[in-house]
Amino acid sequence: MSQEAKQQTAGPGQNAVDLEAEFKSSNIQEVLDKLDRELIGLVPVKTRIREIAALLLVDRLRRQFALTSETPTLHMCFTGNPGTGKTTVAMRMGEILKRLGYVREGHLVTVTRDDLVGQYIGHTAPKTKEVIKKAMGGVLFIDEAYYLYKPENERDYGQESIEILLQVMENNRDDLVVILAGYKDKMDKFFQSNPGMRSRIAHHIDFPDYRPEELLAIAKLMLAAQNYRFSGEAEKAFIEYLRLRMTMEHFSNARSVRNALDRARLRQANRLFGRRSRPLTKEDLMTLEAEDVLASRVFREGRLDQDPA
Amino acid sequence: MMTNPGNRLTQGQFSFLPDLTDAQITAQIKYALKHGWAVNVEYTDDPHPRNTYWEMFGMPMFDLKDPAGILMEINNCRKTFPNHYIRVTAFDSTRGVESPRMSYLVNRPKKEPGFGLVRQEVDGRNVRYTIHSYATDKPEMERY
Repeated sequence: MSQEAKQQTAGPGQNAVDLEAEFKSSNIQEVLDKLDRELIGLVPVKTRIREIAALLLVDRLRRQFALTSETPTLHMCFTGNPGTGKTTVAMRMGEILKRLGYVREGHLVTVTRDDLVGQYIGHTAPKTKEVIKKAMGGVLFIDEAYYLYKPENERDYGQESIEILLQVMENNRDDLVVILAGYKDKMDKFFQSNPGMRSRIAHHIDFPDYRPEELLAIAKLMLAAQNYRFSGEAEKAFIEYLRLRMTMEHFSNARSVRNALDRARLRQANRLFGRRSRPLTKEDLMTLEAEDVLASRVFREGRLDQDPA
Repeated sequence: MMTNPGNRLTQGQFSFLPDLTDAQITAQIKYALKHGWAVNVEYTDDPHPRNTYWEMFGMPMFDLKDPAGILMEINNCRKTFPNHYIRVTAFDSTRGVESPRMSYLVNRPKKEPGFGLVRQEVDGRNVRYTIHSYATDKPEMERY
């Protein structure tokens, strides 16, 4: 009580509270802007992050009036198709939550089943606990979380790991944020068999597939990061490439784009090498031409590049 | 005259101060982690000053970023051995140092009987001194 009273006097008066000043001092806008700039699309994800940011900010103000409330649970579950940016967003999450003052260190510990589940009886608990201890003060990101539970093997140690996780997620809410990620259908199945897990995760965020124009923007962003760019024709060719590629099997959004760009870089290097007698300008080294994109097997035979001929 | 009322064990850092609170322990762990030292939790029921190697509670904790994990482990150890001495050490693996940089008690038995001084007369009028923990008269796990 005495502490509350002190907060009451230390905080602002009964009616003075400046949300704007608090917002500015937290640098949240900077983080959100960065998110907008560097991540294309992903509207539901950004909306949710905005909401979380607002909640944490309001919570901080409420605390100035000694209006204590429980720390909100921020455990999250990211579902979505391959290459929709789940891991990328998780990496950002640590930084965002640190800026918001929700976690102390803001580092990200990425694990999969191998890091949590042991190989013999009594091996799992220490292994899982060690990972949890490492993640404390930051974010624990469990990729392909549905592998933790293998229903076909009832003696699987994954269940033990899940139980420890559940306990920590409940008791050490202030110490770490757990983010599970995986493909939608498999995660749904995972939650069906682990209802306790589902109820302890407040935020289920679905990552939508990218639209073609978003993929193009992503491609440009990726190229810019590596000091490349498309020529005018190459861009048109790449739009056509995306249109064809998206209808094919094994299309994995941004990851496919990255692979396509890597291959285009390879062809560009080969093209430049082929005419090495002529002097090259900086422009030449930076520009991907239409032929680099059009040489893809997707155009010629309607097949994936990596398929054996 | 009692030289050390209460027979409090004085080993390691801060041992002449009142027992550290959890917040103080956290602050000390944070200091160790900031320097990149690996923090260990150790326990014993034989507090003789020459008993250097205490039992380790779990593995040494490398690569931790936040003290919360270590405090959790300390509390686990306190739960398992409520009447043992528990200390936290911070190991510095820098080449050339490779030894503990910090060591302090975080738990002590409720009743500490202390040490007795044993005098052994040898070779005429020579005296050899040794100290002996009253607690170690009993077998392990029954001492405190």
